[in-house]
Amino acid sequence: MTYIPKPKIAHPSLPRNELGLTRRDYEGSLSTLCAGCGHDSITAAIIEASWGISLRPENLVKLSGIGCSSKTTAYFVGGAHGFNSVHGRMPSIAMGANAANRDLYYIGISGDGDSLSIGLGQFCHAIRRNLDMLYIIENNGVYGLTKGQFSASADIGTKAKKGEVNQQPPIDPVLLAMNLGAGFVARSFSGDKKQLVPLIQAGLEYPGFALIDVLSPCVTFNDHEGSTKSYQFTREHYEPVVEADFVPFQREISTDYGAGEAVPVMLHDGSRVVLRKLAEDYDPTDAHAAYDYVQQHIAKGEYLTGLLHCRPTTDTEFHALNRTPEQPLNQLPFGKLVPGAKALDKVLARYR
Amino acid sequence: MAATDTSHPDYFHKVVDCQWACPAHTDVPEYIRLIAQGRFTDAYLVNRRSNVFPGILGRVCDRPCEPACRRGRVEEKPVAICRLKRVAADHKDEFRDRLPAVPAQKNGKRIACIGAGCASLTVANDLMPLGYEVTIFEQFAVAGGLMRTNIPSFRLPGSVIDEEIAAIVDMGVDLKLGHRIESMRKLLEEGGFDAVFVGSGAPKGKELNLPGRQEGGANIHIGITWLESIAFEHIKTVGENVLIIGVGNTAMDCCRSSLRLGAKSVKVMARKPRQFFKASEWELEDAEAESVEIVINRSPKSFVVEGGKLKGMMFDVMEYEVDARGRITAEHVTAEEFLPADDVILAIGQENAFPWIERDLGIEFDKWEVPKVDPVTHESTRKGVFFGGDAAFGPKNIIWSVEHGHQAAISIHQHCMDKPVAERLPPGVNLQSRKMGMHEWSYNNDYSGIERRLVPHVSLKERFKKIDIEVELGFTAEQAAAEVQRCLNCDVQTVFDAKLCIECDACIDICPVDCLTMTPDGDEADLRTRLKAPAKNITQALYVSAPLKHTGRVMVKDEDVCVHCGLCAERCPTAAWDMQKSWVKWPHAADQPAAAPVAATQEASR
Ligand SMILES: Cc1cc2nc3c(=O)[nH]c(=O)nc-3n(C[C@H](O)[C@H](O)[C@H](O)COP(=O)(O)OP(=O)(O)OC[C@H]3O[C@@H](n4cnc5c(N)ncnc54)[C@H](O)[C@@H]3O)c2cc1C
Ligand SMILES: Cc1ncc(C[n+]2csc(CCOP(=O)(O)OP(=O)(O)O)c2C)c(N)n1
Ligand code: SF4
Ligand code: SF4
Ligand code: SF4
Ligand SMILES: [Mg+2]
Repeated sequence: MTYIPKPKIAHPSLPRNELGLTRRDYEGSLSTLCAGCGHDSITAAIIEASWGISLRPENLVKLSGIGCSSKTTAYFVGGAHGFNSVHGRMPSIAMGANAANRDLYYIGISGDGDSLSIGLGQFCHAIRRNLDMLYIIENNGVYGLTKGQFSASADIGTKAKKGEVNQQPPIDPVLLAMNLGAGFVARSFSGDKKQLVPLIQAGLEYPGFALIDVLSPCVTFNDHEGSTKSYQFTREHYEPVVEADFVPFQREISTDYGAGEAVPVMLHDGSRVVLRKLAEDYDPTDAHAAYDYVQQHIAKGEYLTGLLHCRPTTDTEFHALNRTPEQPLNQLPFGKLVPGAKALDKVLARYR
Repeated sequence: MAATDTSHPDYFHKVVDCQWACPAHTDVPEYIRLIAQGRFTDAYLVNRRSNVFPGILGRVCDRPCEPACRRGRVEEKPVAICRLKRVAADHKDEFRDRLPAVPAQKNGKRIACIGAGCASLTVANDLMPLGYEVTIFEQFAVAGGLMRTNIPSFRLPGSVIDEEIAAIVDMGVDLKLGHRIESMRKLLEEGGFDAVFVGSGAPKGKELNLPGRQEGGANIHIGITWLESIAFEHIKTVGENVLIIGVGNTAMDCCRSSLRLGAKSVKVMARKPRQFFKASEWELEDAEAESVEIVINRSPKSFVVEGGKLKGMMFDVMEYEVDARGRITAEHVTAEEFLPADDVILAIGQENAFPWIERDLGIEFDKWEVPKVDPVTHESTRKGVFFGGDAAFGPKNIIWSVEHGHQAAISIHQHCMDKPVAERLPPGVNLQSRKMGMHEWSYNNDYSGIERRLVPHVSLKERFKKIDIEVELGFTAEQAAAEVQRCLNCDVQTVFDAKLCIECDACIDICPVDCLTMTPDGDEADLRTRLKAPAKNITQALYVSAPLKHTGRVMVKDEDVCVHCGLCAERCPTAAWDMQKSWVKWPHAADQPAAAPVAATQEASR
């Protein structure tokens, strides 16, 4: 961490987005994470991505649980709403907020401990319910905040800082999410903003549950030799298989995407995600095929990255299924929001 | 592109824009930090080592450093470098005991300097501590050259000149005042000197030969001669209506002097529009603040004389066509205009003149009567005769004259030690980390957003009462304390070690001004377009690393607007970036390995 705040001075030619804001306007407070933590790079990617799609800060809701990763919601888009829940319970809060106001963008930041250890149940149900949110797991294989114990994503054989070897099998959030029917499943790496920024933009715009599992080295407790989540190991074993480009709806798809290899996936507002396969034998739009492909590579010790699975539309849209009101609750007229004793009597009468 | 060779002494020197732009390479950020600590004498000595006359230059330097200052690219205005120099000079304590000692035992070599201007004085300053016997011949009864005779005392008080000249002369210089050299031959043949330095300036003001020049002569003056007469109190008044011809810095001094001699209306007549003016912006501002009118597009045509008395001047009213690059492509006369005047002062330039140098001594002159002088060694075509200051390459300014003096002193030293004058110690750079511990750096790296402070001036009511009331008052303590915080510490360099980098992106994410990028290598032109913020200022270097360990990409830093906040180094988990203070070693005569007979290095205490 640093005690020296980033000065309020910027490059004179810093570009402005459609709202007239610069990237610096999307920053949050000073990070207290360890210098070199992957999570800080993900924060920078979120800043870049939100700036790039001209997101209105007041239209964003940041949610998180507990962990170094979960702390990072304070470090981006200072003007957004936020809620730090208890450990592993962020999805419950997200669901409540989402049901109450479907007009906002929801971004959940979690860790591998927060989502795959204590919060696994909540994580699964968030997927099952197809919450309309972007869910980012900042995955470092350890509980960073509590000083580096193995988390549920630690690989068999990986070594802790003091030499202990992990023997329990890992839970892979990407496979789990595909298994549970998620329509947008991606993996990326904190050190690859070129890949990560468009993924975040697409995930924010995606109508439904979007998961990005971001390998994010813990520079303090899990960046040594023998770790399978270090910077070096990740760089040696990660392999991009699909490139995703987010295309806002105003812009035309540029012609550099040769037809055939480029698969555009339309989003609800007319934007699209353009998938470009880097591996020929891979179909990211077919959930079963994608699952098999990813699993085979995990068995070989390779982390495939990119938008590994993306379905054009979601058949089980959260708000439709749950018949949530179209108008945010805080905008409903009082009489409609609180219909009074007579209306309650009517409801109760149904059960008499 | 090839990894940057930071061992080349120019690399880090260039990053310190002000120091690089200063002809004498004054360590500006170092003295500003010393002022911030209240160490005024130390700050004065850091200055003095390079520029010799900090009190004088802190008032009247041409300040090439300020337009170069990085702060001017980050926000609007550069640091008030020059005025901070004056702060050091105004608040210093006794410093003479900390100047290099002058040996009692001389080395037997005698040097003659012609003219007691800043160039000759610098030569004496550099050679006296090495055991030389230096004689300065000056035609006037006072030393100082144009600083004394032409720069008006309301800009530069005589007492400041006295103090800084005394510090040199008191080293034991044999100063022969009222001694004009009339014959170089005589000096060379009979003087018994081992080397001669010509620092006689560019004393000839340019003429404007138009109809009426002769007839109106009594009220038409050559600017530099006129200013000199004011300095020597031969001239004490001027007419009510004054026209100044020309719009350079001499013109500014002439118009402001006129106001102090009683003129009621002063007009500065410029041939061209403002963007072509030679005067510094701040000199124009100061003149205009005193209600001097600057009239553009007027080309002098004739002096109008009636009954033997100057009545005014006739001008052509000009119009110019300017192309997209700002150059004049055509000019037209659109009308004629008469302006009344009691006195006209010509301030259209100066030239060298050497009527006292015989042309058969082996000292060659070109067709414009300018001596042929080596730009590095300052030696003329005759061995042992050196030129510096305005005498060498035409009129420049004080700080250039000082640097010429330093360089000529090196040559004189080499010459007297029988070494080739071209054999000179190259410049160098030392680096030293500024890391003190966790989150602790031994320099103040907080960026201060404060705007440039304005120097207070004596009120317009007061300042004209006497000719020698210094107009600028200098910064107050509070202003100085604020202004020093504006310096970005460009001498605290970002130094990168590619072997240590784990490519975590921390430095790139934290850099407030987007200086840093990790990217696949390419040639410079290509790299400049692929950085986090495009590097459009090609005068500023790209710092490119060796290939990084994990991906083979390179770390690229665009030096342009780095604010030297140190956050990259602060954030780096492996200390691949470090903040290191650079000391530019710009050698002087005392540093030459020419086995100085009695060498004492002049080093300000740090
Ligand atoms: C009006 C005016 C204003 C200026 N303002 C500034 C300013 O604000 N800032 C700035 O940096 N520069 C300024 N300059 C320029 C600056 O003064 C000169 O560049 C600088 O003084 C040159 O120094 P020098 O040592 O080469 O020569 P000079 O200062 O010209 O000194 C030469 C000396 O040699 C003497 N001399 C000449 N011939 C002989 C001889 N044969 N025998 C004996 N002695 C001789 C002269 O009397 C004189 O004292 C100004 C110049 C003018 C004319
Ligand atoms: C209910 C509860 N149990 C345990 C803890 C202790 N705890 C705090 S953070 C953490 C693990 C965080 O790991 P992860 O989500 O991977 O975040 P990281 O720090 O690695 O980014 C644990 C177990 C807690 N705060 N609350
Ligand atoms: S402990 Fe690990 S995860 Fe937590 S801030 Fe430090 S490097 Fe990041
Ligand atoms: S010192 Fe480092 S972080 Fe600060 S502006 Fe310069 S490159 Fe950027
Ligand atoms: S912070 Fe240090 S280790 Fe990380 S990318 Fe920058 S130089 Fe490399
Ligand atoms: Mg973790």
